[in-house]
Amino acid sequence: MAKKIMLLFIITTLVFTGAALAASPKMGGTLVFGRGGDSVGLDPAYETDGNSFLVCDNIYEALVFYADESTALEPGLAESWDISADGKTYTFHLRKGVQFHDGTPFNANAVVFSIGRMMKERNVKFLGKGWDIPDQERPPEYWVSMEMDDTVGSIEAVDEYTVVFNLKRVEAPFLANMGMDFADIISPTAFMKNPKEFLRNPVGTGPYKFVQWIKDDRIVLEKNKNYWDKQGGPYLDKVVFRSIPENSVRFLELKTGNIHICQFPNPADIDLARKDPNLKLPTQPGMNIGYLSFNHTKEPWKSNVNLRKAIAHAINRKAIVDNIYQGMGEVAKNPIPPTMWGYNTSIPGYTYDPELAKEYLAKAGFPEGKGLGEITLWSMPVPRPYNPEGQKIGVAMAADLKKIGITARIVSYDWGTYLKRQREQPEDMDLFQLGWTGDNGDPDNFLAVLFDGLASSSVRTQWHNEAYHTYMLKGKQTVDQAKRTKIYEDALQLIYDECPVIPVAHSTVIWPSQKKVMNFKLHPTGSVRMKNVWLDK
Amino acid sequence: MLAYILRRILILIPTLLGVSIIVFLMLHVTPGDPAELLLGERATDEALAEIREHLGLNKPLYVQYGMFLKRLMKGDLGETIWTRQKVWVEVKQRFPATIELAVCALCIACFFGIILGIISATRQYSLFDYISMLGALAGVSMPIFWLGLVFMLIFSLNLGWLPLSGRLSIDVDLEIITNFYILDAIITRNWIALKDALWHIIMPAVTLSTIPMAIVARMTRSAMLEVLRQDYIKTAKAKGLSQFKVVFKHALRNALIPVVTTIGLQFGVTLGGAILTETIFAWPGVGKWMYDAVMQRDYMVIQGGTLFIATLFVLINLCVDVLYAIINPRISVN
Repeated sequence: MAKKIMLLFIITTLVFTGAALAASPKMGGTLVFGRGGDSVGLDPAYETDGNSFLVCDNIYEALVFYADESTALEPGLAESWDISADGKTYTFHLRKGVQFHDGTPFNANAVVFSIGRMMKERNVKFLGKGWDIPDQERPPEYWVSMEMDDTVGSIEAVDEYTVVFNLKRVEAPFLANMGMDFADIISPTAFMKNPKEFLRNPVGTGPYKFVQWIKDDRIVLEKNKNYWDKQGGPYLDKVVFRSIPENSVRFLELKTGNIHICQFPNPADIDLARKDPNLKLPTQPGMNIGYLSFNHTKEPWKSNVNLRKAIAHAINRKAIVDNIYQGMGEVAKNPIPPTMWGYNTSIPGYTYDPELAKEYLAKAGFPEGKGLGEITLWSMPVPRPYNPEGQKIGVAMAADLKKIGITARIVSYDWGTYLKRQREQPEDMDLFQLGWTGDNGDPDNFLAVLFDGLASSSVRTQWHNEAYHTYMLKGKQTVDQAKRTKIYEDALQLIYDECPVIPVAHSTVIWPSQKKVMNFKLHPTGSVRMKNVWLDK
Repeated sequence: MLAYILRRILILIPTLLGVSIIVFLMLHVTPGDPAELLLGERATDEALAEIREHLGLNKPLYVQYGMFLKRLMKGDLGETIWTRQKVWVEVKQRFPATIELAVCALCIACFFGIILGIISATRQYSLFDYISMLGALAGVSMPIFWLGLVFMLIFSLNLGWLPLSGRLSIDVDLEIITNFYILDAIITRNWIALKDALWHIIMPAVTLSTIPMAIVARMTRSAMLEVLRQDYIKTAKAKGLSQFKVVFKHALRNALIPVVTTIGLQFGVTLGGAILTETIFAWPGVGKWMYDAVMQRDYMVIQGGTLFIATLFVLINLCVDVLYAIINPRISVN
């Protein structure tokens, strides 16, 4: 008996030690990340595409970080921050002892420089001499499209490690915006050496530093040995971002072991990956929405809520998700993703019910579609993260509408024209598909940007609703998150009742990887962080 | 001869001017707006207006063209809209990759195409003739895209002989001097990199060579057949010359003229085919670059890249004309 107990003890000890050994991160190795295209540039203030940001994510850092798998805010290069009672002054207390990759110190002046260079009117104050910020080469697109010039009044370095942002207006999402890529902190010394070439010679404080860029082929980063956070990574010696444009070839490279992670595989390859013993499938619900909306600048769509509801109940969104998203998505109930705070769980979503749709159609004054004539259904010409095949979805929707007596004609243009003409809300547009990928995890970034037509003529759905506009203003101007949650839940209820938009689906992101890639997590914003990733040899 | 070459080079100027006007007009007549594509779904009126102004897109067309021409006179192809880099620098980075691939593909195409053509012509209606001409027909008809994937499945995934994609393995270091990797490896005597670069180029080059190889083979066959029926060949045979001498010394030289013209033209076809080959094999060349530029409406890249390709095309045609005179002294370049 004693022998047996001893044996059991030894086995248990071995198992636990083995498990502990397997779980402890290993240093070294080169990780190759396979992606569909090259980065455009590596100056975070001026980039707009995901392929640029996912490299920037590892070179630079912002004042605030998003948590590992959510957009909850955590201290980043700022250890803490204070918000004044009126919500218009943000004081950031910076982390000490942080160095840029070029050896220069990270401090308040670097923050003033990095953010201040994006301002149209450079209302900035350095501590001491500071720098003479050169003129912008071109407008910083994200800063402009997030309307940051209307938010930020001035930036001031109070002491070596304290920066104060004075806002022109109360803007609750401001802190979340400071976690976005465009707000990354760069080395002013490196930038001033050659401002025009900085986007090809990036210098930040991140866990990996830039080594080499062969255009359309690879970007090589190496471990930042002086990284400030001594807990966790970086573990890898090198990270290589390889551009392999063809999805199926990228997946073959993963199968042969030449790359470790495969971005955006073909949906058909996911099953193959599932069956492969050497691969695993990191998955993350995408922070996005693909939707169908109406031309709210013209009748009958503008004021006929019954007609809008008829369309909503006529479309079989589950069939679209099952067959066209091929399971890589979920039917949307609200126009914001379920992982986001403010999501209204009490909303049931529009059911697929052709009979109910017919009833609404009759109530709308168009029994069996009579009197409506042929309508146009604008369908997207390119795949986007929230909509894999716009035109197929258009065909499916048109077939559903036909069942309740509405004839819809599919209309499509090249992507640039589609975006341009859609913004003009032309007479020949009745229904249109579009979507959105969130930037900062704040509901305002979906609900105000997409549906508050009264705020700006740039809003894609020109839905004009006073009550909704008031919700959006209140949401922006309330700093307390619990109160904001209630505001957005109410706003979502209003959207459900008024039906200005039909949320179609939230897509799911699946990027297969080698089994030996450890601790790789997909982020809802689409960012790729290699800091804590390691290779099990 | 020299005067002829100079005159041909001078003709380049009006040719390129014509190309630039046509490309410029086509770009601006085709719908699509780089500013919209740059900002995508998040475009606001303000941001769009700022970018259009910055890129000069809100100016009248003739002013935009005038600006482009003015820069061109100074030898400046402008700056790309997306990557904010001098177009010339981008061309320099990518062209060597394409030229390396295209030259390898053409060498394979010429070598095997001419040999197949000669054997088929000398053994007309034999089994070899039927098989090689059927192969040539298949070569012309097979989509590059499909063929590339089939090669990958066979030679990389199943047999493991060749690398799947790219120009160089991740763990192979090479000091880049000219951007022609094979050349760079030779210059720096880096034999490991040379082997790796050659291994990487085989599959894309063979894929890209199939269409020109088939065309060259068919052209060689028909040109040889015609020459072999000539009286002087009969005379040569009657003199008792060996078959080898008759074919290679008397017949081939005369048959080569249409073949050389075809090869010259095939260079253009190869550059076109490079778009697909480069996309499948993740080959960082000019084809994929131009394709992306068209999709993104990067006017500067399309204009600059097209001018560069047009210049190359004209120069290659000039080389072909000069080659005529060398192959057949009866033809005067004048």
